[in-house]
Amino acid sequence: MIEVKNLKKSFGTNEVLKDINVTVKPQEVVVVIGPSGSGKSTFLRCINMLETITGGHVFIDRTDLMDKKTDINKLRSEVGMVFQQFNLFPHKKVIENIMLAPMKVRKLSAETARVKGLELLRKVGLVDKAEAYPDSLSGGQKQRAAIARALAMEPSIMLFDEPTSALDPEMVGEVLEVMKQLAREGMTMVVVTHEMGFAKEVGDRVLFMDGGLIVEENTPKELFDNPQEERTKAFLSKVL
Amino acid sequence: MDFRWDLIVEYAPLFLKGTLLTIGLSVAGILIGAVLGLLIGLGKMMRKKLWALPFRWYINFFRGTPFMVQILLIHFAVVPAFLDTTNGILAAILALSLNSAAYVSEIFRAGIQSINRGQMEAARSLGMTHGQAMRYVILPQAFKRMIPPLGNEFIVLIKDSSLAALIAVPELMYWGRAMQGQYMRAWEPYLTATVIYLVLTLSLSSLLSLLEKRLATE
Repeated sequence: MIEVKNLKKSFGTNEVLKDINVTVKPQEVVVVIGPSGSGKSTFLRCINMLETITGGHVFIDRTDLMDKKTDINKLRSEVGMVFQQFNLFPHKKVIENIMLAPMKVRKLSAETARVKGLELLRKVGLVDKAEAYPDSLSGGQKQRAAIARALAMEPSIMLFDEPTSALDPEMVGEVLEVMKQLAREGMTMVVVTHEMGFAKEVGDRVLFMDGGLIVEENTPKELFDNPQEERTKAFLSKVL
Repeated sequence: MDFRWDLIVEYAPLFLKGTLLTIGLSVAGILIGAVLGLLIGLGKMMRKKLWALPFRWYINFFRGTPFMVQILLIHFAVVPAFLDTTNGILAAILALSLNSAAYVSEIFRAGIQSINRGQMEAARSLGMTHGQAMRYVILPQAFKRMIPPLGNEFIVLIKDSSLAALIAVPELMYWGRAMQGQYMRAWEPYLTATVIYLVLTLSLSSLLSLLEKRLATE
């Protein structure tokens, strides 16, 4: 589903990703952990070309992102992204946030988009906030609305970039609950997070990144209970 | 001190005509200046430095020289060079629009660049093109932030239009000076002009704050 080959990314002379090789299978939930500055967010942002790739290849459903002929907008519409800072559109109501891309990109009618939007809001438990503006929502509600917005494009892959890092602790649970439900429904997910509990419970595979490399990858149980690399051990001893 | 109300009454029709022309010059300057400013702002934001250079210098020129110099230059040199004759109203509108465009372009650029990068990323991650993201996500938010500085600029423009009196355009200030010339009195003409300018600028700012309230999102 996602195939990353020899991915390299530099900002100027700063090499953030050195040589990343990952394959994500359909319906798999891959959790990426690692210290800040390890390149995990950059890795995620390369998967839908929010960062231009310096070297290597990323394939989504066998389509090469680096190929000039690839329609990057179409590809992005099939890869949902959830941001740490939510990035809801503050000038639009919650329901309009969700309806915008389906209407403008997929050319759905306003009615169809609304019906679908309300259905998604019901799913994330926010149907009563449909007509509210994002600024009046709590952090957890904002993030759930942002997830609904991404799902409205019916993506086959969802990327999560530290979705709970900007939330007050009591709101982390409600967002993780929505993500767990998605995982149970068989969504292919790549999740960058500091929530080790989520990684253990939902992840099919955990990648530990440090210094622009994937240092170790394994099932959550193996990686957390029996880490092989020194750097993994050092990191886990600090966060667990 | 005696205050000659009768002189103001005598000049009232002329002040009215002058006020209408002042409004006309200002509206034309605001509209043309806004459209031109938008284009120049976009031009200055172009990634290729060389292409942005003419726009940068346009702004440097119109911000860096006095409006009085600009209006005289346009009236006595630029317009005659093209039309073989002077035309005060045309020169005034040209000077106001070109000058205002320089300021508006910077307001426009600042408005767009003040929108968080995440907004563009979120829009693009949903599959929108750059143009769609600009139109539906960035510009509506930027526009709201641009209202207060644009209001400032438009008020400056209304006041600057009084310099058209220098090139004998019969707007508000022109009739004020005519009245002083005729009766050798200062208080009556200039206080009248003061009050009318205040009414114009205050009306504009209340109009803009109404617009701002309508665009508010809690």
